[in-house]
Amino acid sequence: MTVETKLPYDKDYIVQFSQDRNEPDWMKTLRLQALEQADSLDMPKPDKTKIDRWNFSRFNPNYAEGHAISSLNELPEELKALLDVENPPKNLLIQRNHSVAYHTLSEELKEKGVIFTDIFTAMQNHSDLVEQYYMKDAVSVDEHRLTALHAALMNGGLFVYVPKNVQIVEPIQVVFWQENPETALFNHVLVVADESSSLTYVENYLSQNETEETVANVVTEVIAKDNAKISFGAVDHFAAGTTTYMNRRGVTYRDASIDWALGQMNDGHTVFENLTHLIGDNSSGHAKMVTVGRGKQIQNFTTKSLHIGQDSDAHILQHGVMKEGATAIFNAIGKIEHGATRSNAEQESRVLMLSEKARGDANPILLIDENDVTAGHAASVGRVDPMQMYYLMSRGISQAEAERLIIHGFLAPVVKQLPIASVREQLTELIERKVY
Amino acid sequence: MAGSTLEIKNLHVSIEGNEILKGVNLTIKGGEFHAVMGPNGTGKSTLASAIMGHPKFEITEGSITLDGEDVLEMEVDERARAGLFLGMQYPSEISGVTTSDFLRSSINAKRGEGNEISLMKFIKEMDEALDFLEIDKNMAQRYLNEGFSGGEKKRNEILQLMLLKPEIAILDEIDSGLDIDALKVVSKGINKMREDNFGCLIITHYQRLLNYITPDQVHVMMQGRVVKSGGPELAQRLEAEGYEWIKEELGIEDETVGQNA
Ligand SMILES: Nc1ncnc2c1ncn2[C@@H]1O[C@H](COP(=O)(O)OP(=O)(O)OP(=O)(O)O)[C@@H](O)[C@H]1O
Ligand SMILES: [Mg+2]
Repeated sequence: MTVETKLPYDKDYIVQFSQDRNEPDWMKTLRLQALEQADSLDMPKPDKTKIDRWNFSRFNPNYAEGHAISSLNELPEELKALLDVENPPKNLLIQRNHSVAYHTLSEELKEKGVIFTDIFTAMQNHSDLVEQYYMKDAVSVDEHRLTALHAALMNGGLFVYVPKNVQIVEPIQVVFWQENPETALFNHVLVVADESSSLTYVENYLSQNETEETVANVVTEVIAKDNAKISFGAVDHFAAGTTTYMNRRGVTYRDASIDWALGQMNDGHTVFENLTHLIGDNSSGHAKMVTVGRGKQIQNFTTKSLHIGQDSDAHILQHGVMKEGATAIFNAIGKIEHGATRSNAEQESRVLMLSEKARGDANPILLIDENDVTAGHAASVGRVDPMQMYYLMSRGISQAEAERLIIHGFLAPVVKQLPIASVREQLTELIERKVY
Repeated sequence: MAGSTLEIKNLHVSIEGNEILKGVNLTIKGGEFHAVMGPNGTGKSTLASAIMGHPKFEITEGSITLDGEDVLEMEVDERARAGLFLGMQYPSEISGVTTSDFLRSSINAKRGEGNEISLMKFIKEMDEALDFLEIDKNMAQRYLNEGFSGGEKKRNEILQLMLLKPEIAILDEIDSGLDIDALKVVSKGINKMREDNFGCLIITHYQRLLNYITPDQVHVMMQGRVVKSGGPELAQRLEAEGYEWIKEELGIEDETVGQNA
């Protein structure tokens, strides 16, 4: 390790940080171990994208308090747009920088034992439960330097726990608002749905730092126990100054399912990973991801299903629109382990190029270690289909409007699946803003 | 004069350097229904595509005018807004765009900014047309043509025709792939359009469509030209006797476009 890459924070910093948050010992220990590991671990190597010159080292990890608000009306317009301010969501958490600015949870869910709280409070009140799942089965601390750094410096996030047999009908909504343009966000989201429970969860990331450089290093772990059903929606919109490592990972046990709908609308360089570990028999993971790249933005997306249980079923859909000088790599990986008989791994990656200078690459990968399975893949990189344009224009629709319809249609799979109308509209508007 | 006039004069059309239409003359007026028949590969779809402005076809000679306006100078969308409509032989599938959203965009494109159709009125008109064409209402919320059966696509073209109310419509093999009930429904839709302000060019291989929609004129295409025109009785004779007699009459050996008489 050379001196330049030595981390600017040390043991003392971590111990102090942990004490300030009143964390349980296990967390402090985990942070310190992670710090040591971070020093020696390599950076991740996303397939076909070189990230060694990206800014993952210049940032300030300090905890930044954000002002609490008493009414959603105090929010700036951009945030209000995410929420139904007239009919405030019953289960909502707004994290402003690293602290909670606003939080509601319906009495009904409280009574049923649902936990929905920021990660620090969760460690105070439910230490054992958090410890049981935190960076255990989904993401490991020592995967690479960024996961270790994440564990060492985690400075925000939340914990959701749905007890056995509890069905949450009304979505849980979360907004992570990185208002301070200078501090980094090391956010950790841990969602656990216990046996035969169900949950719809939607989160938004938002920042406005066009020029100030910072880092977002986010790890999200989603655990679906036997027969649990989780619908997980997200729209990420970090501004151009943020370099993002976004890792969302799920684990499904027997008969469980996780459906992901992920709108990736960052404006800065991004490494994105979404993996579903299909551990249980007859479990399923459906992942839909859409993105729009613009400017000189470079992004790497890897969506993966790992089949361990028998009869496990996975569908991956990645659709990207690339304009100006943007670059994106789309890796879709279906990996079926030996013994995962009758599993099915389907995937589709499509890239629509809107300019000569844009670059896009779709890599379909199937790694199959079992005979009795089904799998399929489709991948394409191309321009807007002239026959589709002709068809739409033959009905009087202008060229610009026809292209708009086709692009929105291309990105519709995720928009359509997001369960909250305001978030759906926000994604549609972000698409509109990024494309035009 | 009632309705519009589409005038095609000495139209020559090439694709990738091959001349396919070799001097087509045809005039369609409001209130008139014309049928174009002819063996496979004789240029019928090419004619339809050239009128609508398909990007692959190049017009090398001749003219197309709508009420005296030069159609060939117009972009595809301008042609549509000027009053032309093409029911396609193979309509495109557009994923992610619902049939209903597409219809509304099309209607509004024609009506222009500031004059958009109200949502209520649109839904009412669409529902009426769906009922009339015996189309399942769910189809309006499905993505445009995606996964539609051949017959559903054709009904969808007629749905568009009824809602867009063009001056002149060209329907390319709107009857192909339809079962007998669907054929009746589609014909009913086309007949409902019949009035002085609506002219129609129907490309078909089969007399059976013309049993439901009586054409005023029937034209036969061979070798990239209209080689014979007549009344409805011409279609009946073609159905009964095929094309041989015309070929003999005109001394044509190979009727496809690669050949010259
Ligand atoms: N894109 C193309 N590239 C090359 N040749 C083409 C193309 N489109 C049409 N042609 C040729 O032009 C000729 C006329 O085709 P067209 O589709 O107009 O025939 P048609 O009369 O509509 O036939 P059908 O009754 O089978 O629909 C055919 O020989 C066809 O192969
Ligand atoms: Mg044809």
